[in-house]
Amino acid sequence: MGQKYLMKGNEAIAEAAIRAGCKHFFGYPITPQTEVAAYMAKQMPKIGGTYLQAESEVAAINMVLGAAAAGVRAMTSSSSPGISLKTEGISYIAGSDLPCVIINVMRGSPGLGGIQPSQADYWQATRALGHGDFQVIVFAPSSVQEIVDLLGKAFDLAEKYRMPAMMLADGMLGQMMEPVEFPETEPKMAEKPWAVTGHNNERPHNIINSLYLTPSDLEEIVVNRFKRYDEVKKNEVMYEAYQAEDAEFGVVAYGATARVVKSAVNQAREKGIKVGLLRPITVWPFPEKEVAAFGNQVKKLLCVEMSMGQMIDDVKLAVNGSCPVEFYGRTGGVVPSPAEVLKAIEEMAK
Amino acid sequence: MAIVFQKTKELTDKPTHYCPGCTHGIIHRLVAETIDELGVGGKTIGIAPVGCAVMAYDYFSCDMVQAAHGRAPAVATGVKRARPDNVVFTYQGDGDLAAIGTAETVHSATRGENITIIFVNNAIYGMTGGQMAPTSLPGQVTQTTPYGRDVSYSGFPVRVCEMLSTLSGVAFAERVAVNNPANVRKAKAAIKKAFTAQIEKKGFSIVEILSTCPTNWGLTPVNALNWLEENMIPYYPLGNFVDKTKEGVR
Repeated sequence: MGQKYLMKGNEAIAEAAIRAGCKHFFGYPITPQTEVAAYMAKQMPKIGGTYLQAESEVAAINMVLGAAAAGVRAMTSSSSPGISLKTEGISYIAGSDLPCVIINVMRGSPGLGGIQPSQADYWQATRALGHGDFQVIVFAPSSVQEIVDLLGKAFDLAEKYRMPAMMLADGMLGQMMEPVEFPETEPKMAEKPWAVTGHNNERPHNIINSLYLTPSDLEEIVVNRFKRYDEVKKNEVMYEAYQAEDAEFGVVAYGATARVVKSAVNQAREKGIKVGLLRPITVWPFPEKEVAAFGNQVKKLLCVEMSMGQMIDDVKLAVNGSCPVEFYGRTGGVVPSPAEVLKAIEEMAK
Repeated sequence: MAIVFQKTKELTDKPTHYCPGCTHGIIHRLVAETIDELGVGGKTIGIAPVGCAVMAYDYFSCDMVQAAHGRAPAVATGVKRARPDNVVFTYQGDGDLAAIGTAETVHSATRGENITIIFVNNAIYGMTGGQMAPTSLPGQVTQTTPYGRDVSYSGFPVRVCEMLSTLSGVAFAERVAVNNPANVRKAKAAIKKAFTAQIEKKGFSIVEILSTCPTNWGLTPVNALNWLEENMIPYYPLGNFVDKTKEGVR
């Protein structure tokens, strides 16, 4: 760690990606992620990298597929409606076992929705980033520093497990300015003997493909991919426990919402309510065991989200009926206030 | 014994799945021979489409990527931007290139993306069983135009080379056919020029190849070749539309 910079979340995403060895970025303008692309457009020419503004989100994700197939670290960035367009390509990337990083700076939806912060793409990110049986590693940072800390890891894990990784941010994280420090370690690029680099008449041809017309072949490929997913679930779960040790009541929240919840937890503690927060940092893989243990520890759980309630499904699956799970959420781009969350905590603790 | 003919090493030994009489086999050969003659097989990366040529990745000996329907030029763009010194080509049909992938085609062309597109135009969706393509001719009977393509209802066929020739990024665009030996030789020459344009970093190159689909046209292979000559060539005139191969590097 060295110098501190005051940066917007979106700019920190771009700078962290460049420092992680990403020299190929393909984007398309959409609010509130625009600064990611703008920063890339400014910096990439200086480092001999590629910033390319694609004709569509669909083209941008397929350019990522091509660059990833050719063995380089590639990234794209968008906000909710644009991510929907990318899902076709994400499914092909997953089906072709290619690594890449996708940024979603979530905004209010459905449809064109709005441009204010939201967490309404949780289901999409963790369940359905395209057609078919596959998963994407999904990080949910809650500060600009955490974005920076997780971006290099996102590339590393994407390469280690040969699968896409997503940074699930929101309009608040993307637009807020905070001091950040960048890691001084050099990125460690994985060997990619599978990449299409031209065989140079030295090896058989490499094929990047997701088509398997024989059902038993396709089944075997998918089953083996899920064995890799099991490894991800075993090794890569990340979460933060805040004031949780002696908690009698628990809150589960992620991303920018967790910051609001922390304030509310502090205020509730001042009022004598023993409440704690469990914050998933990876939402896929979801910290199932940790949430289950939290559910066993506390009398009640409260999920707070900027949506109508999406992560609550994973919380309920994890606790499996061992404790009641309540919900408080705002949607459409409305950010809940600490006072509102405090009220919901007080209701829970009644 | 002297060898007077042998299969190019740029095609694998895998038997193709193409229907009898289909001209994909000829076009594969022409592309592979070109790669061989230019001596670039070791650094060529091909992009297979969705359509009849979806399994082209098994037939070409170079490194290959299989792309989503219509997205081959975007995938090729990603590959080429990552590896600008490699030779990158896409192999696409008319539905892939001129319907679902129109945006990718037009924008890779106008960017002057330094890639080569081999565009196989047989005026029909082959793999899915003979539906109307963006290039199906007026009056042409297909599974989804059972009374013949009515242009007042389904619109007009797209002339891809003419459309792309208006774009400044295009270095080479030529329409050829593979319906007789003379045209096959011209097709080979055009493909070689297109790959050369890329190797010389001149920009986007495309060769549109009028091709047959005896199975879905409901014709014998020989009659299909005649149908191509009598019906397709009048609507899709053969010839060169753009050739900047003699000009300096952009």
